[in-house]
Amino acid sequence: MTGVWPFLTARSSWAGPNGIAARLAEHLWLTGVSMLLALVIALPVALVLGHTGKGGAVAINISNVGRAIPTFAIILVLSVGALGTDDFGPFGRAGLATLVSLVLFAIPPIMTNAYVGMREVDRDLVESAQGMGMNAQETFWQVELPMALPLVMTGVRLAVVQVWATATIAALVAGPGLGNIIQKGFDSNKQYMVVGGAIVVAVVAIILELSLVLVARVIDPMRRARRHRDLTPRLAVVEGVR
Amino acid sequence: MKAPYWAAESPVEHLGSERYPYPLGREDVGLRHATSIGRVTALLTVDSTPCYSLAKNAWLCGQYWTDKGDQLISATEQHIELVVLSIGLSLVLSFPLALIARRFRVTAPVILGGATTVYTIPSLALFSLLLPVWGLTMTTVVVGLALYAITILIRNILAGLDGVPDAAIEAALGMGYGPTRMLFTVELPLALPAIMAGLRVATVSTVALATVGAILNYGGLGNLLYDAVNSQFKAQILAASVLCVALAVAFDVLLIAIGWVLTPWARRRT
Repeated sequence: MTGVWPFLTARSSWAGPNGIAARLAEHLWLTGVSMLLALVIALPVALVLGHTGKGGAVAINISNVGRAIPTFAIILVLSVGALGTDDFGPFGRAGLATLVSLVLFAIPPIMTNAYVGMREVDRDLVESAQGMGMNAQETFWQVELPMALPLVMTGVRLAVVQVWATATIAALVAGPGLGNIIQKGFDSNKQYMVVGGAIVVAVVAIILELSLVLVARVIDPMRRARRHRDLTPRLAVVEGVR
Repeated sequence: MKAPYWAAESPVEHLGSERYPYPLGREDVGLRHATSIGRVTALLTVDSTPCYSLAKNAWLCGQYWTDKGDQLISATEQHIELVVLSIGLSLVLSFPLALIARRFRVTAPVILGGATTVYTIPSLALFSLLLPVWGLTMTTVVVGLALYAITILIRNILAGLDGVPDAAIEAALGMGYGPTRMLFTVELPLALPAIMAGLRVATVSTVALATVGAILNYGGLGNLLYDAVNSQFKAQILAASVLCVALAVAFDVLLIAIGWVLTPWARRRT
C-alpha cells in the first residue's frame, strides 16, 4: 500500500491530459450525458407502460437480459464494429461506442423500476382518484407519479452506479475514463497507481450513490405521510451488472 | 442476364478467361470435365487463408471455432471455475452473515450497509483494491466476485426468512421445535424460493462480471476478449461474447432445475 497516499496527493498525478482530474471530468461527463439520454429514452416509455399496465414482461425482462450480457463484451463489440471511432469529441478514444453502451446499460434499471413503481401504486388510490373525477392525465401526474417516485428514483440511482462502473471498464477497450489510471498502473506494474485510481473510482461511486439517496428522500412528495403511516411501496431489488 | 454455368454453351463463359484461357469445343468432353474439377479445387485452394486471419477478420468464422477450439474450451473452463468458486464462497459466507444480521438486529445496518457499499464499487476498482492483499492471483478475482454475490444473497436470504408465514413458525413452536431445528427444517425450506431467486441473479451477474478479471489475467472468456482488443480480432470477440452469454443462460437453467427439484411443494399444480 506504500505510495498510494503520495500518489493521490501529488499535484503531478492530477494534472495533464492523462491525469486524474482530466479522466475524472471525462468520466463524469460520460456518466451525465449517457444518463440524460437513457432517461429521455426509458422513462417516458416505462411510465406510460406502467400507467396502462401493458408490456410488463418486456419492462421486467429487459433487466434480466441486461444482467447476462457482460458490459466489457458490449463495449468491445461496439468499438470494434460499426461505432468504432478513433475519437468522439470530449469522450475521447472509443467514445461513441462507450457512450452507446452506457446508455444501453442504464436503460434496464430505469425501465424496470419505473414500471414496477407505477404498477405497485395502490389500485384503491387510483380508483378513488377516478371517483373524485380525475381524468387519466390528472391521475397520472397527481397520484401515480408521486406515489411511484421513490422506486423511479431507485432505478435512476442504480442506473447511475451501473453507468459509473461500466464507464470504468471502458478503459479495458482503450476507451475513456478513470479506468485508464488503473489500467496504466497494471501495465507499468505500479501498484500504488492501480490502488490510487481504484480509490478515486470507488469514492466517487459511493458519493454518487449517497447523494442520490439524499435527493430521492428530499424530492419524495410522500415523505411527511410516510412518517406516520407505512406507505412505502415494496422495494424491488433490481440490480444490474457492475 | 448471364446464364448459369450448367446452361453455358462452353465452360469458358462461366469460368472467366483469366484463370482458364483455353478455348474449349463442345466435343472436347474429357477436357471440359477435367477443367470443372480444376475449378472446384481452385475454389478450395485459392481461399486458404482462414476467415479469422487479420486480412479478412470476419465476425462469424466457423473455422475459428474449429481451429481455436482448445483455447475456447480452456477459457470456458476457467470461467466456470471462477463462477463456481466465487458463488460457493459467497454461499458459505452469506448464510452466517444473514443469520447474524437477523439474530442481532443491531448488526443488520452494519452488515447490509457494508454489503451495499461494496456493491457500489465498480468491479475494476474492487479487483484493484484487493490487489495488494492477494496480488495477481485467481484468489483476487474470486474474492471480488464473491463480495458482489454476497450482497445479493444476504438480501434475498433475509427477505426469504422474513417471508416465512407466522402460522408455520407458530405451528412448529407448538410442536416443540427448537431454534436450530426450526431454522433447518421449517424456515430455510420455506425461504428457499427467495434464496434460489437471489442465487440465480448472483450467478448470472457473476458470469458476466468474471470477464473483468481479465485485467488480472484470470477472466476466463474475458481473457480472450482482452487479448482481442489491440488486434480487433472480431471472430474471437464474438465467440467469447456468445459463449459468455450462453454460459450465463446455462447456469440459470441449471439453477431453475435445482430449485424445481428442491421445492416440490412450490410447483404449480396443473
